[in-house]
Amino acid sequence: MTTEGQADGRMGGWADGDPRPAISLRALTRKFKDLTAVDGISFDVQPGELFGLVGPDGAGKTTTLRMLSGVLRPTSGDALVGGTSVVRDPEGVKHRIAYMSQRFGLYTDLTVRENIDFYADLYRVPAAERPARLERLYHFSALGPFENRLAGKLSGGMKQKLSLCCALIHRPEILLLDEPTFGVDPISRRDLWLILHEMVAEGVTVLVTMAYMDEAERCDHVGLINRGRIIALDRPAALQKNLGGHMLAVRPSNGRQALDLLRAAPGVRRAALFGDTIHVTIESRERDWPGLEAGLRNAGVDLLDVHEIEPGLEDVFIQQVAAADAAEAAV
Amino acid sequence: MALSAQRLWAIARKEAIQLRRDLRSLGMAFVVPAFMIVFFGYVISFDVKDIRIAVFDQDRTQRSRELVQAFSASGRFQVAERLERYGDIEPMLDAGAVRLALVIPPGFQRDLGTGRTATVQAAVDGADANTASIALNYAQAIVSAYSAGVLLRATPRASPVVAQARVWYNETLSSSNMIVPGLVAMIMMIISAMLTALTVAREWERGTMEQLAATPVHPTEVIIGKLLPYLAIGLIDVSVAVFIGMFVFGVPFRGNPLLLVGMATLFLFGTLGLGVFISATIKSQLLATQIAMMATYLPSLLLSGLMFDVASMPWVLRIISNAVPAKYFIVVLRGLFLKGVGFSVLWVQGVAMVIFAFVGVSLAIRAFRKEIA
Repeated sequence: MTTEGQADGRMGGWADGDPRPAISLRALTRKFKDLTAVDGISFDVQPGELFGLVGPDGAGKTTTLRMLSGVLRPTSGDALVGGTSVVRDPEGVKHRIAYMSQRFGLYTDLTVRENIDFYADLYRVPAAERPARLERLYHFSALGPFENRLAGKLSGGMKQKLSLCCALIHRPEILLLDEPTFGVDPISRRDLWLILHEMVAEGVTVLVTMAYMDEAERCDHVGLINRGRIIALDRPAALQKNLGGHMLAVRPSNGRQALDLLRAAPGVRRAALFGDTIHVTIESRERDWPGLEAGLRNAGVDLLDVHEIEPGLEDVFIQQVAAADAAEAAV
Repeated sequence: MALSAQRLWAIARKEAIQLRRDLRSLGMAFVVPAFMIVFFGYVISFDVKDIRIAVFDQDRTQRSRELVQAFSASGRFQVAERLERYGDIEPMLDAGAVRLALVIPPGFQRDLGTGRTATVQAAVDGADANTASIALNYAQAIVSAYSAGVLLRATPRASPVVAQARVWYNETLSSSNMIVPGLVAMIMMIISAMLTALTVAREWERGTMEQLAATPVHPTEVIIGKLLPYLAIGLIDVSVAVFIGMFVFGVPFRGNPLLLVGMATLFLFGTLGLGVFISATIKSQLLATQIAMMATYLPSLLLSGLMFDVASMPWVLRIISNAVPAKYFIVVLRGLFLKGVGFSVLWVQGVAMVIFAFVGVSLAIRAFRKEIA
């Protein structure tokens, strides 16, 4: 029939050691009628990197991933995935990648094994290599004992693992995952990350989206996306460092009132409420905090606890979103 | 991009497994067609049998009794009432107790004996014009057969010209011989288009299409792969329908079974392709089945020549009817069932089947998009 040279899944694209990025977005844009879901975003993902695209619901994560997978045509701009343009050759891209959609996309009326076999056939995985690959995937995912169970009867976590198995059966060089840990229990979540790290260790490039920052620390690079735009892009540690200033965790008696007072006070860069604790970012604790503390006490707010904290990625994210929104409002 | 038999086969196998586990589709695939052919075969019948008639015999002679006997012996009529007064006819017809009233005037035997024209009256309930005209035709045939007999007996030297009509292919003029082969075509058309109308729309609704679209699978592989299990079902259905036609309705099958398989395969590719085309365009299972039903049922019922003679329709409908695939397949089926004709006669329909199969599958492949939104 055909010789697509697809057996290993690692062919094509760039040769090893080539510094060119595995994924390169260039002013990638997608509009739906009036809405610009993805607004000219550009960034690179290096080969063998674990890249996290983080943003709230509706930020454009899924739209971006669909364009990178060749299932959605960009309105303008382009992206090179494994060196292949998603605009000029979307089908060519599909040989290189595995895409895992956010919604469970496998056949619920097929068994675990039948789903995996189906995808192995679609990617024309040679029969000789299948037993070894299958055993490895079962080892990772612990799905072996459930081989003959209908996919629809699996738990949420097992469904995601099965999706990952189907995505990995053809050994893609690039893995595009849309919120793979969404709605998954903590144990399965840890298992999924273990598999991803294993893949990265083998040289697979992984681009994963998420709505929460708590998993972003696991990534080599993080891109923050909001309203279709990349608002920050760096290593997780660098993002935290760039936040600047000092962050205090303040637990006041009256959270809402304290938040309003702090936001209005001079010297406060940012204040955000996390449960009953406010994270306050200030330039200098020695210089700024005594005045703020006095102001709060004068307003009748008791401070139950105050201590300095390292800013988490959640803080980074909220700050970046606020800054981006402010910049947009100023224009 | 080159096509791969492995991928095509993977799609076909996946579709077959899904079908096997879906009782509703299985029922629609195997039970509904058999049920439809039996049901329609019995219901749609133009044969008129055992029409209940009332007889008002004013003559009460040997001849008049012979005539009444001729009616009941024909098998078409059943003498349900014998009336004493002319005025009883109307209430009987009104109440629907009888469909036809036969009035034999006084002097019937005398008139026949003297060589004069004897007249009998038939009052028929015309509310159902179709049955009425068929009943009248039968009545006239019985009366003229009877009078010819009388004439021969009366004047043995003069031999009247008698036309010996012989009906070919459907010797008994049984309507099931005419209807059942046509029904096979109509039912295949409806069932196959409706079955496949679900396939692509289901993938969109369940979210499996997004995943499938991100693989290197070619649209042709998806479409042909999806068609294959349904083609197998369709061929099984055709065979079952032909057997039901032969053994339940006693319709003869005189043609070459292999020619039927070949023609049916082409026809099924066309209708299945049409179903997939609708499914891929509409992307909703419910709407797709409804549209598939409309697109197949009405044309196959009305414009295929199954029940209504296309040649007597207005020219606009006649032109449209040329695009109704069932029209050609019905000719094929009637030819194979009744006439036993071969490819030398049916090649025109064969060409039509090839075109239909090509158009149906091409439309389906073109409509299939490996793209979201």
